[in-house]
Amino acid sequence: MLLELQDVKVAYGRIEALHGISLHVNEGEIVALIGANGAGKTTTMRAISGLRPLSGGKIIFNGEDISRLRADLRVVRGLCQAPEGRQIFPGMTVLENLDMGAYTRRDKAGIAADLARVYDLFPRLKERAKQAAGTLSGGEQQMLAIGRALMARPKVLLLDEPSMGLAPMLIRQIFEIITEISQQGTTILVVEQNAQQALSRAHRAYVLETGRIVKEGTGNDLLHDPAVREAYLGVA
Amino acid sequence: MNTLIDHIGQYTVDGVSKGAIYALVALGYTLVYGVLRLINFAHSEVFMVGTFAILVTYTVLDVQQYPALVVAIPTALLGLVVAGLASGGIALAVERAAYLPLRRKNAPPLIFLITAIGVSMILVEVFGLLLPRRIGHLLPEVFGRERAASLSVPYLFERRPVLTIGDTTIDTIHVIVVVAAVVMMIGLDLFINRTRYGRGVRAVAQDPQTAALMGVNQDRVIMLIFVLGGVMAGAAALLWTIRIGNTQSAIGFVVGLKAFTAAVLGGIGNLRGALLGGILLGVVEVYAAAITASIWEDVFAFVILVIVLMFRPTGLLGESLGRARA
Ligand SMILES: Nc1ncnc2c1ncn2[C@@H]1O[C@H](COP(=O)(O)OP(=O)(O)OP(=O)(O)O)[C@@H](O)[C@H]1O
Ligand SMILES: [Mg+2]
Repeated sequence: MLLELQDVKVAYGRIEALHGISLHVNEGEIVALIGANGAGKTTTMRAISGLRPLSGGKIIFNGEDISRLRADLRVVRGLCQAPEGRQIFPGMTVLENLDMGAYTRRDKAGIAADLARVYDLFPRLKERAKQAAGTLSGGEQQMLAIGRALMARPKVLLLDEPSMGLAPMLIRQIFEIITEISQQGTTILVVEQNAQQALSRAHRAYVLETGRIVKEGTGNDLLHDPAVREAYLGVA
Repeated sequence: MNTLIDHIGQYTVDGVSKGAIYALVALGYTLVYGVLRLINFAHSEVFMVGTFAILVTYTVLDVQQYPALVVAIPTALLGLVVAGLASGGIALAVERAAYLPLRRKNAPPLIFLITAIGVSMILVEVFGLLLPRRIGHLLPEVFGRERAASLSVPYLFERRPVLTIGDTTIDTIHVIVVVAAVVMMIGLDLFINRTRYGRGVRAVAQDPQTAALMGVNQDRVIMLIFVLGGVMAGAAALLWTIRIGNTQSAIGFVVGLKAFTAAVLGGIGNLRGALLGGILLGVVEVYAAAITASIWEDVFAFVILVIVLMFRPTGLLGESLGRARA
């Protein structure tokens, strides 16, 4: 197990948003976490990245308890996130944004290789390298957010709703690239409301409902689970 | 009015060299505001401490008025180092001792503001009262008198004409002050815009959470900007002593207020805005002093500020440490 959450609880003030969730990600997997608005998906991702403190439970990464580790050091350990809403740095150029992804790294040759890889995955970013990131389209910004996270060369890539606000064709394209990233050897935990795409791409998946994991299984199992189909795939 | 028009060139040159010092001090306000949205009112005393560091050093070394150039130049460089260390150090100390504990406790902005004003007062009194009483006998030239006593700092360079166009004379002091200030500012601009650490500063200024997700240690960035702002104030302190030749424990109040005004005028949070605001303020003050009695010059600075903010609430260049480049 590369990443494991054990009974993780997170509260905003006195309101608990995660009531003790446990999940794990094995090396090489794509794991999806699906759930409706407000289920706690983003909260889970923020807890993993260290932006929200835990009020209970543990996060184990690569055999180390990182529950109390500072957010920036989690990046050094090999966790990097493309957050919800992309959150690119609009005033920086595309290239500077990508360089931000490599902020903790010093291996120049490795960074150059990863930049080439990101440009390979997202040729559009190469064309726009010198452009202010704030002027990119929504889809391009999502590509930039994923590319930026890849520049950290993470052991586990965390993606929070990569499909948010994108047209269906673009969503398919983004998920194809996510599969490709996985095949190149990066482990992925992806949060999604678009259950169709997420479940068909994921090896395994968890269903989150109001701060609790209510179901888990292979992507394929959940894709054919009647309850999941009704709740998340709009099929009666 | 006529004297102003007849000698507009001279007044402009004087104003620019005055404003260059404001601009250097303004950078400290702008850096801290850009990253923390905090107006560090203690920054005026960071400047004051720089002038005292120079005065102490020159007194200990027994530096004389107008030394030969071979002595003056290394002495000035030594002054720069000493003031940079003292101002950078005190700025960092204030951040660690006063602001960090408040950040840890998630204190509201008003508490930071009051703390800043409190720290500013403490520093003024330490240099105006405490040190004179405790160690005044050790260095009577610096701490011999209490409070608001004007202390002269030996002039290192003589005012000699360098270039005369019509009746406008650019002298050695103008050149030294403006060139040194511009070099410091270009250095800072390159650091912020071209280096990895500078990119980290801009990232935290734009979006601290996402910066953390990229592995930026926010705490280190905060320490860095306090030190950078302090070093710039230290350089300003050196140029102040070169141009004005004196200091006092209360010096920070007026200089700091002007520099803060300059920062707001140019767009607080914007490095290039600090330069523009500083120069503009210096020039306006000198013009105003020429037209009216010079006791009114301070008023003019604030009149200009109010007018600019009425039309451009974010200052002339807008607020954008994060967006410094694109
Ligand atoms: N900063 C906050 N302060 C207080 N409550 C919050 C905060 N952020 C989230 N919450 C609450 O925590 C719960 C989980 O929110 P979260 O953002 O994790 O949901 P999500 O599954 O990511 O939803 P979405 O699909 O809309 O992004 C919600 O009830 C939300 O209102
Ligand atoms: Mg969310």
